[in-house]
Amino acid sequence: MAKTPQKASSKSKIPAKGATKTTPKKTAAKPASRLPVLKTPIYKASKAELMEFYEQMLLIRRFEEKAGQLYGLGLIGGFCHLYIGQEAVVTGLQSAIEPGKDSVITGYRDHGHMLACGIDPNIVMAELTGRASGISKGKGGSMHMFSVEHGFYGGHGIVGAQVSLGTGLAFGHKYKEDGGVCLAYFGDGASNQGQVYESFNMAELWKLPVIFVIENNQYAMGTSVNRSSSEDQLYRRGESFRIPGVQVDGMDVLAVRGAVEEALKYVRGGKGPVLMELKTYRYRGHSMSDPAKYRSRDEVQDVREKSDPIERLKAMLLKQGVKEEDLKALDKKVRKTVLEAADFAEESPEPEPSELYTDVLVEQY
Amino acid sequence: MAIELKMPALSPTMEEGTLAKWFVKEGDEVSSGDILAEIETDKATMEFEAVDEGVISKILVAEGTDEVAVGAVIAEMIGEDEEESAAPTPASTPEAPVESAPEPAAEMASEVTKPSSVSRASDPAIPEGTPMTAITVREALRDAMAEEMRTDDSVFVMGEEVAEYQGAYKVTQGLLDEFGGKRVIDTPITEHGFAGIGAGAAMGGLKPIVEFMTFNFAMQAIDHIINSAAKTNYMSGGQMRCPIVFRGPNGAASRVGAQHSQNYGPWYASVPGLIVIAPYDAADAKGLMKAAIRCPDPVVFLENELLYGRSFEIPEVDDYVLPIGKARIVREGTDVTIISYSIGVGLALEAADALADEGVDAEVIDLRTLRPLDTETVLKSLAKTNRLVVAEEGWPTCSIASEIIALCMEQGFDDLDAPVMRVTNEDVPLPYAANLEKAALIDTDRIITAVKKVCYR
Repeated sequence: MAKTPQKASSKSKIPAKGATKTTPKKTAAKPASRLPVLKTPIYKASKAELMEFYEQMLLIRRFEEKAGQLYGLGLIGGFCHLYIGQEAVVTGLQSAIEPGKDSVITGYRDHGHMLACGIDPNIVMAELTGRASGISKGKGGSMHMFSVEHGFYGGHGIVGAQVSLGTGLAFGHKYKEDGGVCLAYFGDGASNQGQVYESFNMAELWKLPVIFVIENNQYAMGTSVNRSSSEDQLYRRGESFRIPGVQVDGMDVLAVRGAVEEALKYVRGGKGPVLMELKTYRYRGHSMSDPAKYRSRDEVQDVREKSDPIERLKAMLLKQGVKEEDLKALDKKVRKTVLEAADFAEESPEPEPSELYTDVLVEQY
Repeated sequence: MAIELKMPALSPTMEEGTLAKWFVKEGDEVSSGDILAEIETDKATMEFEAVDEGVISKILVAEGTDEVAVGAVIAEMIGEDEEESAAPTPASTPEAPVESAPEPAAEMASEVTKPSSVSRASDPAIPEGTPMTAITVREALRDAMAEEMRTDDSVFVMGEEVAEYQGAYKVTQGLLDEFGGKRVIDTPITEHGFAGIGAGAAMGGLKPIVEFMTFNFAMQAIDHIINSAAKTNYMSGGQMRCPIVFRGPNGAASRVGAQHSQNYGPWYASVPGLIVIAPYDAADAKGLMKAAIRCPDPVVFLENELLYGRSFEIPEVDDYVLPIGKARIVREGTDVTIISYSIGVGLALEAADALADEGVDAEVIDLRTLRPLDTETVLKSLAKTNRLVVAEEGWPTCSIASEIIALCMEQGFDDLDAPVMRVTNEDVPLPYAANLEKAALIDTDRIITAVKKVCYR
């Protein structure tokens, strides 16, 4: 297939201000020789599905807002990286995979991924507050959470490590012939790590079932993509390994879902990995202690107003005849869930002192 | 004068080999680049080429001869400018050159080649009367992997040159043939990446054996060994495991310089969440490798290149598995304890034998596992002998020796009749020059000196 020019489904450069609000359009991008071209259709969702996406994104948004609050109150310590603004990425991607078959791995900005994997918000929030009922018994914290039961393999604090590990999960899927695919999420910052390319090489060489998901929120901590990347069209970063890449509007949950379905089809067909670049934006700082001197308030405001994934979907739902009060009721329900999670996280006891010494090793020697 | 053709070395650690085949006969004319013979060792096969032009005048070692020492004269040739009359040299028997192997090579490797003839206490784990067989450490490791791969489909081996090349040091020899390319996987030269892939596969439920060609290269991958493998079980509150074995040669080899000669035992042994194993002999290599593969925790398995070719007795029992975390008293004694691990154990045993001649009865303990450390065996021995020396092929600072000394201070102080001494390599990057390398590395004499010191003799 594919001796046709590669489609670049976005503007040729990262916009200096604001996130993408793009519809795929053909550019004069140089053709990547003989690489398969994956389609990026917009997903046609039913009303029920749209409502599900809306609720999922809202849950992540409200959960993160609450986490930010609890951090401000001193209930959450250490590093805390919020996902606000990026909700459409994980919601769209996770909605397409098969729970119990596929695996998911990400970096330290992981709360949203856990919620989208269907993990109980209570035990995620309780981990953030460092309590015994937290998903890691309070021993992991915000950046180190896992749920093997949900196919969620972390939650990794070392930037880029999850890409090699995710490639290893994909290796496992192929070895076990279980039909699973690994979604390995990482950011634009991690996309400059050496091991990412080592993994690309082996993933394509061995045709591993992995989708490399670059969540390009346009800032690696405070360094913008154009200040850190010689090739800032990150979906092209796999080309020299012969990995096809697609660029997707990560602020549009339907675009995300549509693109990942095509990617999954390709990967499940045994053709090897796909690289997806989701162009998105983080409204909050890199972490809670981010002074945000590297971008203007206007830039953030502009994205919020023009490209917010939740507002965008809300408008679509209203247009389709969903009543405002139904959406309000949904918001209320989500707020209640989050409030309960916060209460649970605050009221749960801290781990027993004896837990200090447990789980260092699985076995006694 | 005839040109002497000498038995070549295929690697820095080769001491002898088999002259498998001659491609020339006496009287043949050869020019540089012609293949003269085929040389074999247990690790590799190499073609031996002519460097000079001339006529082969004598073949001194017949093809098929085993144990031909490196440097032995195997043939003679007459250079093209020389008179034919110079050809007949006084007859020398074919065996003679083999016996007169040049001293330097033999001496350099003397520590390595010496068969372990020292007295040893028998391993309590082996029942009396068990038949024994001699195998090399290399074979023991390979057998352990093969046995575990036969019984558990989730075990696989990956690393550089482990498959088609049969292992850079031939430890994985034969595995590709038996288990195929799905389970014996050649990786690109990409330690960071394949260590991460291995760790991820382990998290996903497989049991990878990741070979590093040497542990020097594992420094590129150390983030995954420590941050991904070692800490995961703890950080996940015990729900996500990483049952993986990182293995390969560790420590100084021979004349390979500083970047290829480091003992990482102390580095990994400092990390909670890791199991660190460093065996000395073949039986322990096999029994502990099998245990490592079955272990639900991540294991760093430190081998030693200089030990790969050494033969040891190993019990002929099915499924020989040893417990992790247990040291072994390899020689019982009453006057002083020498603690060591890996290649240091051989030196400690030699030292103990020499000391016995001088009336000092030394106990030698092989730690075998560096983490968790078998403190009980160490302290028990100290309580018996009241004097202790640690012998370690590695740097002194923040070493296993340092750790043992701290242990003795904290928990064995009342048993001490003398300060604990450590005998280690010199505190320098390992030099290349033969004399400097020798000066930098731990040896038997230094252990003897230290033992005498703590015995006040």
